[in-house]
Amino acid sequence: MAYSRKLLDYFENPRCAGELPDANAIAEVANPICGDVMKIWLKVADNRILDARFKTQGCSAAIATSSYATEMIIGMDLQQARAITKEEIAEALGGLPPSKMHCSVLASDAIRAALKDFA
Amino acid sequence: MKRIYLDSNATTPMRPEVSAAMIPIFSEAFGNASSIHWYGQQAKSLLDEARQQVSRLIHAEPSEIVFVSGGTEADNLAIRGIAETQKARGRHIITSKIEHHAVLHTCKDLEKQGWEITWLHVSGDGLVDPQDVRRAIRPDTVLISIMHANNEIGSIQPIEEIGAIAAQADVYFHSDGVQSTGKIPVDVKKLQVDLYSTSAHKIHGPKGVGALFVKKGTTLKPEMTGGGHERNRRSGTENVAGIVGFGQAAKLAREGLETETARMLLLRDRLESGLRERIPSIHINAEKAPRLPNTSNIMVDFAEGEGLVISLDLKGVAVSTGSACSSGSLEPSHVLTAIGKTPDEAHGSLRFSLNAMNTIDDVDYVLEVLPGIVERLRELSPHYRRA
Repeated sequence: MAYSRKLLDYFENPRCAGELPDANAIAEVANPICGDVMKIWLKVADNRILDARFKTQGCSAAIATSSYATEMIIGMDLQQARAITKEEIAEALGGLPPSKMHCSVLASDAIRAALKDFA
Repeated sequence: MKRIYLDSNATTPMRPEVSAAMIPIFSEAFGNASSIHWYGQQAKSLLDEARQQVSRLIHAEPSEIVFVSGGTEADNLAIRGIAETQKARGRHIITSKIEHHAVLHTCKDLEKQGWEITWLHVSGDGLVDPQDVRRAIRPDTVLISIMHANNEIGSIQPIEEIGAIAAQADVYFHSDGVQSTGKIPVDVKKLQVDLYSTSAHKIHGPKGVGALFVKKGTTLKPEMTGGGHERNRRSGTENVAGIVGFGQAAKLAREGLETETARMLLLRDRLESGLRERIPSIHINAEKAPRLPNTSNIMVDFAEGEGLVISLDLKGVAVSTGSACSSGSLEPSHVLTAIGKTPDEAHGSLRFSLNAMNTIDDVDYVLEVLPGIVERLRELSPHYRRA
């Protein structure tokens, strides 16, 4: 599998893994294609993401993209976080093989799902 | 880094004896076996010897061995070769849902051309019921193709019983023996097969060479036309070096069959019982079926197979998975699906396949590293709750 060093690093040493006890935005999404599951916990205040954690059951690309996206949105305002695309996440990790592109959808979907109750 | 290879149902390393036998062929004994001069005759006698070595491994006659480019070609030649010669008699083939893609996709291709294919179900342990084969036979059935041993879960089919049914019904019987040859005793006469596929690189031989056993008296339309090599069954100048390597590998496999089988069983049992002791919530596929001594397919709850494979690879251990996440098609393995596993269960599958060169240390290293990997991935799962 042609994964970048960066992706493998995020897979082996995921940042922001775990749960967030004082989260006020939580979502779980599943990938209907391959069965991967991601849950995200966000702490949101004043239109901004103060903190974020994730848990993912899935392949190395799913775990790495989950971790990267979760780390990336900390400090972002909600518009910025919602605007993150799967391509952006994949590119930041050195690209994904075509058959793995759907993995990075999980993270962008989870972020949008968690923020759906916020204006 | 320490590297351990446990993916031998994919391919195996060549034994040093095999490469030693092959090397002189490239520049010294390089003749074309069809030539009548000294060089040609030298090549021909090397082919004859290899043919004998391969035939002995499966208890065939040397004249019943057709050398081809590998298991896939052997399967294609068997199925298409019979289909072409028998289509006037009928256009129905019986096969199973867990065949290798070489058989599966060949039958699907024939289906598109108007053939009717019966895809037999298998049990939860990955076994075809011979009575299902009997019931599926129709007046227009011309071929039964059931693999001897499954490449993913290792289940060994009741080929002898199916062979008797096929013989009684006077239907041609092909078995894909790519995974069984050299790992368990194979006697094509006892099995009553008309056609049997084998491959060199699964038994420490070179890639690019295999053989199809064609029982004496079987008419087969060749896939490859040309100079009429291999008794008109497979034209093309013989891959002498590859075939000589195959012969050596077959000879060594035959000599070591009993001791190696016992040793691999020991290693596999050590692996499976060790994993069971150290990792909760794992399941062994085809556990109750007669199974290849070298194959162990496990399912790990709350972890994903591709992630397990990559984690093991980063620790130097090479294995494979039937998880959708590792395949380009994003479908879980058709074999795991056929034995009744849900996509979710197949998600966590991991296949270990040993070879004659593996050691106890290899197994113990897996037992040392895998529990931590599974624990780490489970901790990352939103659905995992520690027992």
